Amino acid sequence: MEPITEIRSRTAVLPLDDVDTDQIIPARFLRTTVREGLGENLFADWRYNSDGEKNASFVLNRPEAQGAQILVAGRNFGCGSSREHAPWALLDFGFRAVISTEIADIFRNNSLKNGFLPVVVDAGIHGWLLENPGVELTLDVESRAASLPAGRVTEYPLESFSRYCILNGVDQLGFLLNHAGDISRFESRAGV
Amino acid sequence: MSAKSLFEKVWDRHIVVPESAETPAILYIDLHLVHEVTSPQAFSLLRDAGLKVRRPDLTLSTMDHSTPTISVGSLQELKVVSEPAAFQQIQQMERNCEDFGLELRGMDSDERGIVHVIGPELGATQPGKTIVCGDSHTSTHGALGALAFGIGTTEVAHVLATQCLLQRKPRTFAVNLQGRLPAGVTAKDIILAIIGKIGVDGGTGHAIEYRGSAVVSLSIEERMTICNMAIEGGARTGMFAPDDATYEYLAGRPLAPQGAAWDEALSRWQTLPSDDDAQFDKEVSIDVSALKPMVTFGTNPGMVIPVDDVIPSPTLSDPGFAKALDYMALEPGRPLAGTPVDVVFIGSCTNSRMSDLRAAARVMAGRQVADGVQMLVVPGSARVKREAEAEGLPEVFEAAGAQWREPGCSMCLAMNGDYVPAGKLAVSTSNRNFEGRQGKGARTVLASPLTAAASAVSGTISDPRPLIG
Repeated sequence: MEPITEIRSRTAVLPLDDVDTDQIIPARFLRTTVREGLGENLFADWRYNSDGEKNASFVLNRPEAQGAQILVAGRNFGCGSSREHAPWALLDFGFRAVISTEIADIFRNNSLKNGFLPVVVDAGIHGWLLENPGVELTLDVESRAASLPAGRVTEYPLESFSRYCILNGVDQLGFLLNHAGDISRFESRAGV
Repeated sequence: MSAKSLFEKVWDRHIVVPESAETPAILYIDLHLVHEVTSPQAFSLLRDAGLKVRRPDLTLSTMDHSTPTISVGSLQELKVVSEPAAFQQIQQMERNCEDFGLELRGMDSDERGIVHVIGPELGATQPGKTIVCGDSHTSTHGALGALAFGIGTTEVAHVLATQCLLQRKPRTFAVNLQGRLPAGVTAKDIILAIIGKIGVDGGTGHAIEYRGSAVVSLSIEERMTICNMAIEGGARTGMFAPDDATYEYLAGRPLAPQGAAWDEALSRWQTLPSDDDAQFDKEVSIDVSALKPMVTFGTNPGMVIPVDDVIPSPTLSDPGFAKALDYMALEPGRPLAGTPVDVVFIGSCTNSRMSDLRAAARVMAGRQVADGVQMLVVPGSARVKREAEAEGLPEVFEAAGAQWREPGCSMCLAMNGDYVPAGKLAVSTSNRNFEGRQGKGARTVLASPLTAAASAVSGTISDPRPLIG
């Protein structure tokens, strides 16, 4: 994982609540044994018409959304299945962060493991972001600060260990492997 | 010592390194369930790093998501009936299990099936265990008093390599179930009613314990249905305290403890139920005696009503509501019952066990699937299939005009070639009515096996209660 200190980008806005992982990447695209290439089918059933052509009215197909790295979505983003293909698809497409008032647990965990930043803000800030698509934001990892236009700054929650791993590009598996001694001691104590 | 809940007891007994302000807890995992869809990239990670699977003996592997439900006699036939990518995934799983020394309940195993069906039926799922799987419906195993939750593929690699996970402790949520279920109302209706009440994010950040006077009369299979859909309410997991029904269910199962080990395990399990004065961070109560059969009308499991109710009207504050009704081609203010049905699916980790198949067969016996309706019955495991065959259930379904298939996840998520065609309406005993979940453009109504079977017979969404007398 590459270290990330800040994400600076325009936003694209998908104002729906409860966007589930089946929408982010439909199950038929999970018949893969690698993690690359999923971006092509990100939001596949919304992005493409039944004839395979792009649905021009879908927000991510509009010219102003091109190149945006920060997705602003409705409440409870990423609910549903545990598929890590969801953050993989978002990253492969070019997104690096999602902002919502609430992000589903497993999706949040999976995102943090891949350096995809889940950002929760209050309803006031969120409402403003929904109404102002395309604004330029800076998400700072060290200070957990989201900087909006006109000097407006809000802090977002980011658990300290995840912040450390993202800032330093630390692989959490390495951290666990360093505790092999503790794990062996637990196994003999618990008799497993 | 302060009073503890069931969840807290299981959590505390698995702490390898406690959590601190800086780092999450290192939690030991007693049982890791592995399937072909969310594991390939995890095995690749181990391969690239030159790592082994730490505890193959605590790892239970099978194939369920992308496997065909049409009977196949050979690998060559499997290749013919499978989608090429699905076939490759199946082959990759076989190779990964071989390379890493894992026993695989594969295509030719008489113990294969949906991972959340075979764990309990083999007796691998036990009270007080920590159980994970790269699948959000892992919460199913909480029915036996295990702490069981879904994880992503990176975490699958963590558990394969270290048998541990880095976890922050979730908050606790007591869901109190009072009363006794009326006839024709099932465990599926209970969990749909709970999700309707708390919402699809009501449990976010929480571990649910289902408690209260209704629990004692719920069978283990019914508890599995209720735990299975904890994630649909946003919760990390759902659990029932183990009781005599749990011990009766487990006794004699192949991987359950035997003899002296059973006695020792039993005395440990009996200490697990929440202390009387245990505190929960959140609570909700439901009187199950007042419930009716429940059906969903929208595109998430929280959009649910009693089968005899009318479809609610959208509110201005929720643009998703109108979008959902539009997708479902349903009109607010009209009854949902009576809506024509194209497909009926009995199966999935929610409702594919013997009691589910018996319930559906009870409705189907002596009746016919309505003209124009396709009905698929997919047992949860090879064992369920054998037991159903011994009871003559396939004959009941086939005489009615339904198809009886091989075990697997099948039409629940439409990865294996079984799908609901675009625009068609399915009444399904599965767990998710998301847009496109059962096939691109498919419209899903979630319901109990009784309601699904009644709808198959009438050809419209139907209340099962008049049919079961």
